[in-house]
Amino acid sequence: MSKYQVNEKGYYGKFGGAYIPEMLYPNVEELRQEYLKIMNDPDFQAEFDQLMRDYVGRPSPLYLAERLSERYGANVYLKREDLNHTGAHKINNTIGQILLAQRLGKKRIIAETGAGQHGVATATVCALKGLECVVYMGAIDIKRQAPNVARMKMMGATVVAAESGSKTLKDATNEALRDWINNPVDTHYIIGSVVGPHPYPDMVARFQSIISSEAKQQLLDKKGKLPDYVMACVGGGSNAIGMFYHFLEDESVQLIAAEAAGKGIRSGHSAATSVLGKEGVLHGSRTILMQTPDGQVIEPYSISAGLDYPGIGPQHAFLHENKRVKYVSITDDEAMQAGLLLTRLEGIIPAIESAHALAQLEKMKFEKDDDIILCLSGRGDKDLDNYMNYFSF
Amino acid sequence: MNRLAQLFNNKKDKNILSIYFTAGYPHLNNTLDIAEGLEKAGADFLEIGFPYSDPLADGPVIQHSSQVALQNGMTLEVLFEQLKELRKRVSIPVYLMGYFNTVYQYGVERFCKSCAEVGVDGAIIPDLPMYEYEELYEDIFKSNGISNVFLVSPQTTDDRVRKIDSLSTDFIYLLSSSATTGKDLKVSDERLSYFQRIKALNLNNRIVIGFGISNHDNFKQAAGAADAAIIGSAFVRQLESDDYLQRIPEFIRSIKEG
Ligand SMILES: Cc1ncc(COP(=O)(O)O)c(C=O)c1O
Repeated sequence: MSKYQVNEKGYYGKFGGAYIPEMLYPNVEELRQEYLKIMNDPDFQAEFDQLMRDYVGRPSPLYLAERLSERYGANVYLKREDLNHTGAHKINNTIGQILLAQRLGKKRIIAETGAGQHGVATATVCALKGLECVVYMGAIDIKRQAPNVARMKMMGATVVAAESGSKTLKDATNEALRDWINNPVDTHYIIGSVVGPHPYPDMVARFQSIISSEAKQQLLDKKGKLPDYVMACVGGGSNAIGMFYHFLEDESVQLIAAEAAGKGIRSGHSAATSVLGKEGVLHGSRTILMQTPDGQVIEPYSISAGLDYPGIGPQHAFLHENKRVKYVSITDDEAMQAGLLLTRLEGIIPAIESAHALAQLEKMKFEKDDDIILCLSGRGDKDLDNYMNYFSF
Repeated sequence: MNRLAQLFNNKKDKNILSIYFTAGYPHLNNTLDIAEGLEKAGADFLEIGFPYSDPLADGPVIQHSSQVALQNGMTLEVLFEQLKELRKRVSIPVYLMGYFNTVYQYGVERFCKSCAEVGVDGAIIPDLPMYEYEELYEDIFKSNGISNVFLVSPQTTDDRVRKIDSLSTDFIYLLSSSATTGKDLKVSDERLSYFQRIKALNLNNRIVIGFGISNHDNFKQAAGAADAAIIGSAFVRQLESDDYLQRIPEFIRSIKEG
């Protein structure tokens, strides 16, 4: 087993585990016992592969962005998760989990969502498989991601506003967990990132690892070599883990993860967990989270709903601690400018989440021959209002 | 003999009532007034909640009380400071209840020592995993004489209930159903057979039923089916009114006597 992957107890170093009340134990334990068996089943794999190809549209292209490359004096390849069905990497995970839920005999699906991308991806697979779907979304996020709320509803999902706490992603996650406590038998919770109690972080990472297994081969085919840098944005961390997964052992590859600094790390309006966070327990796992000295979770802030989360997945906490991945912080302004830049140079409107990774390019010094793979985790359609307001178009 | 064992030795009727309330709600400094009022009114033991920002096993009433308590400035530091007077004013058993992250930041060992110093009998930490308790914390709890109470839900298997029993001291917290706090419990045949299934295991610990108990009827049924029953949200709701201290006796009477 790789030193960067989960151990048999469900931990990455000291991070991970399953800090859950007894009411959640039977469901999480069932998942723990079954997920690898199901995922390794040839039947499951055949259905997963077929849906990835014919429904999601994989493999997603690895696109050499020439004008962007010219600007940075290196070869910038975009891993085009934005071209997936539903417009982000989130569908890789929801397809995997819906097939798993079916094999566990579950009839009802719940999910949390921040930007709405995971909610849409969940509503989509529920429509595809004819399962009931309830999505929890922070009341504030419902306002700032209206198009995605409409998409979920059109697909037949019930969208429930989380009115507690900061009314964003962490509160939506609490509400989803409460729903699961109250519906312990026939419901499966599709968590949208590499967070939550073991086995979720590992399971979601495995489903998202398709991003790097494709990208690695795609660059090998084009250039016959490994990339020098691999970059992604981090909310909970699923697109980043998916993008890093098959490069973790290639120590020559520098891995860079961009967190949301919001209005600035010291502004009090930030979601830069690796800088502001401390070890603790959030949503069922031991990880790094933003909290007061008394252990109360601090409400994060980012212009991007998908990065507005006070923690990172436990594997990220581990990769941060052992320095395999470098975590950087990007402000709202830097991300918005990078989003506009990509749009003007390449004709691609990125999700504001992904724009955080793009913004890091501005801050780096590259050699002429450097090959960079950057995960373009989603498209910016859902963010048009936000972009329009910001730039007063 | 510890306080809970004494309680059960002295009281042989099937009418044992425990009350939960959130420390710091509705006012920061009334923790001991409420505790003392409850004892005088006839509550048999207490759970004092320490608030957490993300109480994921709790329904709206306790979520709200936790949020207000935090705004009022309640922390474990403040609570233990208040509890220095606990044993001057309250003699019934007292357990602290809250989520693991707050205990973890305070320090598990320091938490147990503080409990022992002020005369708290034990702790209920719903999201502290059994394996972690067993590996890292059991010795610390035991050496400080602090009991740790685990939860059991209807979906918990018999084997696991036995394991929980072996790690518990004082009592096991039997959840009336798999639910967040504050739902109204309807006692059904299915529920009674679950209570009977657990009783038939002949556990070492007392069985106390909680979650969703809100009135005389479901209190009687739950307390009758086990060793005692706990009321949380229904009591916390009483604290919303200005004269909450005056209301305590009537509330306890209405639960016990109907
Ligand atoms: C396009 C996009 N990228 C990134 C994220 C952040 O999530 P994660 O860190 O799990 O990839 C989101 C979350 O909603 C998203 O929609």
